[in-house]
Amino acid sequence: MPDLYGMINVPTVLWIDEEGRIARPNDASFASNRFKLLTGIDSRRHLVRLRAWVRGEAPAMTPSEVRTHQQLPTAADQEARAEFTLAWWLSRQGHAADAEPHYERAGQLAPHDITIRRGTMRTRGLNPMGAAFFKLAFKSALARTPLYRPIQDSP
Amino acid sequence: MSANLTLLHDGRSDVIAVADPAHPVISPEHLESTLGWKLQPEGLCRGLVCVPVDQDALVAGDGLDLRVLAGALQRPLVTDEKHAVAALGASHHDRGEALASLEAPDFTLPDLDGNLHSLSDQRGKKVLLVAYASW
Repeated sequence: MPDLYGMINVPTVLWIDEEGRIARPNDASFASNRFKLLTGIDSRRHLVRLRAWVRGEAPAMTPSEVRTHQQLPTAADQEARAEFTLAWWLSRQGHAADAEPHYERAGQLAPHDITIRRGTMRTRGLNPMGAAFFKLAFKSALARTPLYRPIQDSP
Repeated sequence: MSANLTLLHDGRSDVIAVADPAHPVISPEHLESTLGWKLQPEGLCRGLVCVPVDQDALVAGDGLDLRVLAGALQRPLVTDEKHAVAALGASHHDRGEALASLEAPDFTLPDLDGNLHSLSDQRGKKVLLVAYASW
């Protein structure tokens, strides 16, 4: 899924219309405001739009708007996913120490890809809900690399 | 002397015989059976699609240099020599082109009971696709 859709963190939300076409591209949105203080994302903005679209009260994005808001994967993103695939396979074969350089390389290639950096923490003996995550969040803030990338469209 | 190389690609793994896992060379037969490509005079071909390739660089003895092959297909290739394993990723060009077409890539996943569901099963309905993780 992350590879097919270019997802770099969760939650990632997409709208797909009745014809199987992307009607709103990757967006960061939560179902409630439980994490608003941490993420700065107000879930109501997305939910209001979603309800209006589902009820037929408002259109989704035009194809041109979808394209404008899409962030397509780069060569480095795809190399990071390949490193992740290799590392994951090594981990599952019991070669955790040998997997580590590949996890590191994946993170260096795509520092914005939280599905890799946070998603591999548990396998690497780190707590994805603890200090390792908050260190990642702090470093990302210093580097001005946002953890969450909600679509910035008008209210 | 030959060794086995585990090649991770397209969500599967194949074990293929190579002379040197550090410089993997695969046979034309493996190229076709494993990756679906065939070397033709006009380049690497799969179905109606052909990709030009420097055949002098690609052909190595009786086989095909996997690194040159990956480069021609714009697919990342990463290796671990110690464990003789390589991962051939998807091309950013292919992934980007698919997403830019706005046709939602189809996929099949199991539910909690193991029943398989495809995105394409939902055709005719509006779909909210939510990716989440408990980490």
